[in-house]
Amino acid sequence: MSKNRRSTVNRLSAENVTLAYDQRVIAEHLSVEIPDNSFTVIVGPNACGKSTLLRALSRMLKPSAGRVLLDGQVIQSMPAKKVARTLGLLPQSSIAPDGITVGDLVGRGRYPHQGILRQWSTEDERVVQESMRQTGVAELAERYVDELSGGQRQRVWIAMALAQQTPLLLLDEPTTFLDIQHQIDVLDLCAELHEEQGRTLVAVLHDLNHAARYATHLIALREGQVIAEGAPKDIVTAGLVEEVFGLRCQVIDDPETGTPLVVPAARKARVGAASGAGTGAEKAVATEAS
Amino acid sequence: MKTTNRAVRTPGGLSVRLDVRALTVVLLLLVAALTASVVLIGTGDFPIPAADVLRTLFGEGNAGQEFIVNELRLPRVLVGLLVGASLGLGGALFQSISRNPLGSPDVLGLGQGATAGALTVIVLFSGSANQVAAGALVGGLVTGLAIYVLAWKRGVHGYRLVLVGIGVSAIVTAVNGYLLTKSDIVDAARAVVWMTGSLDGRDWAQVWPLLGLCAVLVPLVLCNARGLRMMEMGDDVSYALGVRVERVRLLLMVAAVLLTASATAAAGPVSFVALTAPQLARRLTRAPGPNLLASLCMGAALLVIADWLSQRAFGAEQLPVGVVTGVLGGAYLLWLLVTERKAGRI
Repeated sequence: MSKNRRSTVNRLSAENVTLAYDQRVIAEHLSVEIPDNSFTVIVGPNACGKSTLLRALSRMLKPSAGRVLLDGQVIQSMPAKKVARTLGLLPQSSIAPDGITVGDLVGRGRYPHQGILRQWSTEDERVVQESMRQTGVAELAERYVDELSGGQRQRVWIAMALAQQTPLLLLDEPTTFLDIQHQIDVLDLCAELHEEQGRTLVAVLHDLNHAARYATHLIALREGQVIAEGAPKDIVTAGLVEEVFGLRCQVIDDPETGTPLVVPAARKARVGAASGAGTGAEKAVATEAS
Repeated sequence: MKTTNRAVRTPGGLSVRLDVRALTVVLLLLVAALTASVVLIGTGDFPIPAADVLRTLFGEGNAGQEFIVNELRLPRVLVGLLVGASLGLGGALFQSISRNPLGSPDVLGLGQGATAGALTVIVLFSGSANQVAAGALVGGLVTGLAIYVLAWKRGVHGYRLVLVGIGVSAIVTAVNGYLLTKSDIVDAARAVVWMTGSLDGRDWAQVWPLLGLCAVLVPLVLCNARGLRMMEMGDDVSYALGVRVERVRLLLMVAAVLLTASATAAAGPVSFVALTAPQLARRLTRAPGPNLLASLCMGAALLVIADWLSQRAFGAEQLPVGVVTGVLGGAYLLWLLVTERKAGRI
């Protein structure tokens, strides 16, 4: 169900892209628009191409067909540093160099604003302080990144991406490996960045309930195709969850926020249809259909 | 006292960031290398006091000293400094790109490759010293290319580069062994001396090409150092920050191979300088990042000091400098492996 729209006013979009690693095609004729000033969340089962889509949107993966547009220009044709001043990305795999301090790491986010004779301006200094303050890591500035907890470390990486000062920020599974409290913590921070600073955020999330609670715009992917997109309230239904994840469930109102809350059907109810290999709602077998 | 960064800014909006500690280390190493050089020039069958060496270098010595210093010993020391600097810088580049202290030219077999080139010239063609150097250069470059082709698919991953390098190194070592068995006794003796790495008999003819190459490559490398520093955080992060990762990596890798191969061509495969210099430099500066300048100075200082040690300890017999760096570097490598193991990384 790929929608072939003309390029619009939105700053970031993928038009009819085919995404592949070598010969392995992940998605074909995929078109996605990231609404400006939205907190867009991409969801879908494992290997549906959500991280691949994010890589394409951030120009790390060149589409084998179609194009990704940033501010009306093909993203690959733009100067690397110019893209990096417009669009930030927090990838899944990042390495904190040995013996680096928090302040130093966050400072590296200023790279696209610097040059060989503009290595550390007062503006750099100010933005780094500001980014650390927003993410609550200012008091850790002199600490070594290796010494921090997982939650703190993720905040530091987000601070580094913030120091890039980009109106668009892409986050690839920012809550993975964090416990529930720190997951919420990171998502709250994202919501804050979105609401208070008007940044456009795009995140890949695993937890559908987190996505439904925090996203203003949801994109549901399956096998490289957009199954549905729109506000969580409008699109998250039991039918959609079953279509996308192959999981029978109920969708109720979240008692805290009123957003859709997905409650997987009890094992007994699902066993009727096929074998319920049920560990973890999202990983439930996608093959069964009833 | 963890952050020693200072920014120097001009009213025009230009700014340079300096790590005070790293800068101090660089200056001290430079002083150490130059002091050792002066001492080394004064060392030999005809000892010259350091003050006389300096006077001669500034053109005020007597004729005899001038000949010994300017014609015999100065070029040798300069070759030592340049070779050490090239190996230190080349090693720092390789280790930073592979994000692995073992990803250095010694382990990757670049030295072995250069040796194969030199041996081919010595054994099969009984070539002149210059031809041997050219053979070594070609051998090093070909090995670098082979490693590039075999290990490069979609970026370098630390251990794959190291493992491919070890494999290449093993094959080339076998070829070298075969070449040695085919050689007559005179060629074999010459080959073995070359293979230990020595500064004996190096003259101005070796200095100029090395100096020229360094004059081009060192500034080129330093201009790209900021990108390399970002690449330590992983390819994805550096892409996101606007580093042209593939371009920077290719450029720096070519520079590193050229530096290492030309150093080897000039002095033979001086072992372990490329491995140890960057690690020692990093421990002194305590700064994250590739520590390029500090590694360069450390390499130069290490090589000249090792050369002085080998002359001092063995006098007229003149142990090749590669033996000393090999012993020191080997001990260091063992220590590194033990501590890495304790840190759970190997």
